[in-house]
Amino acid sequence: MDQELRELYQQVILDHNKSPRNFRKIEHANHFAEGYNPLCGDKIDIYATVEDGVIKDISFMGSGCAISKASASLMSSLIKGKSEAEAKEIFEKFHDLITGKLGENPSIEELGKLAVFEGVKEFPARVKCASLAWHTMISALRKENDVVSTEK
Amino acid sequence: MNHIEVNTSKASTFDVEKIRKDFPILNKMVRNKPLIYLDNAATTQKPLSVINKISEYYSLYNSNVHRGVHSLSEAATKAYEDSRTKIKNFLNASSEREIIFTRGTTESINLVAYSYGRKFLSEGDEIIISAMEHHSNIVPWQLLAEEKKLKLKVIPINDKGELLLDEFDKLLSPKTKLVSIVYISNSLGTINPIEYIIKKAHENGTPVLIDAAQAVNHITVDVQKLDCDFLAFSGHKLFGPTGIGVLYGKEKLLEKMPPFQGGGDMIESVTFDKTTYNALPYKFEAGTPNIAGTIGLGAAIDYVQSIGFENIFSYELELLRYAEEKIREVKGIRIIGEAENKASVLSFVFDEVHPHDVGTFLDFEGIAIRTGHHCTQPIMKRYSVPATSRASFAFYNTKEEVDVLVSSLKKIIEVFK
Repeated sequence: MDQELRELYQQVILDHNKSPRNFRKIEHANHFAEGYNPLCGDKIDIYATVEDGVIKDISFMGSGCAISKASASLMSSLIKGKSEAEAKEIFEKFHDLITGKLGENPSIEELGKLAVFEGVKEFPARVKCASLAWHTMISALRKENDVVSTEK
Repeated sequence: MNHIEVNTSKASTFDVEKIRKDFPILNKMVRNKPLIYLDNAATTQKPLSVINKISEYYSLYNSNVHRGVHSLSEAATKAYEDSRTKIKNFLNASSEREIIFTRGTTESINLVAYSYGRKFLSEGDEIIISAMEHHSNIVPWQLLAEEKKLKLKVIPINDKGELLLDEFDKLLSPKTKLVSIVYISNSLGTINPIEYIIKKAHENGTPVLIDAAQAVNHITVDVQKLDCDFLAFSGHKLFGPTGIGVLYGKEKLLEKMPPFQGGGDMIESVTFDKTTYNALPYKFEAGTPNIAGTIGLGAAIDYVQSIGFENIFSYELELLRYAEEKIREVKGIRIIGEAENKASVLSFVFDEVHPHDVGTFLDFEGIAIRTGHHCTQPIMKRYSVPATSRASFAFYNTKEEVDVLVSSLKKIIEVFK
């Protein structure tokens, strides 16, 4: 496989695509949002239970490509137990990472496992795949029960 | 393997290597691999004759049409109107007055919805479309339906992707005021029996619009033989430039229709009290048209006619059959759209791999395919898939390219297993 392609489809991503974590519906979730990418038809539902500003549980359902599924899976693993403010902070760094705006290496290290998505910045058409779950998560935290579209 | 070799010899009159030399882009390398362009249903590549013709217009006689008395304007007007004649002959229309230049199929359909639809349809009337329409043959009718309180009726399809004609028969009623139907489906490849649909609709007194965007590049389209009332297509899917398209309309219908847009060129005389409109086809061509695009489209038509649609269709069909056979060898692949009568469009899905991932992997092999819903979301819903991968072939594609596609698809399975 080509090096650039290997960087996009790292083993961690392929693994999360095949066995996504937190891929379930949370009954009685107090936060929910639906994300949609009209360009490719990808859909994702995010469920979250938030208590005292802390994300106690978060999960997702839906269909999408390996990048979007792995991104949702890693996102949910990472922000479970974090505060809403922390989740938003991580999202901003993640967004900078995939759009190539994240500067120094220490910042990448802070992102931990999310660093596997760095390869996405070389594929502008795939940035939306990687960010759909995150936009939807932010929307769920705001408790906007609307559909989130990557085209708005 | 035997019959494949037989097929190769059958196509011996058709020299694909010679044809490929006419398309400069086919020499391009993508990610260090030779480009394999299999996204022809999205847009086709342009032969050098088209590129040169456009360049010639801008280099040698660029000027506005239908206005100046100077030499350049006369040359531009002549080239522009010559293209109209070529298109008239290409479609076998009765007259140049029936050939209206638009931006593309979408604008052509919108023109009919806006002009014909608003004048001749009223509350309670029905429009029939099909389950396999492109969004451009759904949304204009929905907009019209909302404004005029009309009903949209949809001909369903079977699992193979063929229209259920007995359902169409049932939908036809005295309320049906227009049928608008795709000739060849962009996502399934189905060639619809539009002759039957037109005949039945006419028996019902209903005019028919044909979306021929995916047809004009594969088969001969004869509007008089078909007896369709309107027909729309785009230049860029016919090896011509983007931004130019055609609406064919029967003269007696176009005469009765009000203008679509107002402006220059479409008028006869203007005062602040009253404007009288220009004759056909100019009544529908407001503003400075896409002159270069029109001239380029004329050159594209010359080019395809020099190859001949009989050669084109039989070669493409052979390529499609070969690709279908080969692609079935790939584990976990399902073909979407298996109509008996098909053009060279091959949509497929993997059990385990999403079309977007397929698209990115193939790009690294130099292969351009389309992934997504192809602007036919109702079709995706019908087959319960979010998206498909689509390889669509033109006469410059080869069996060797199909082989690279298939071996690349096999590699993808290995990565995702």
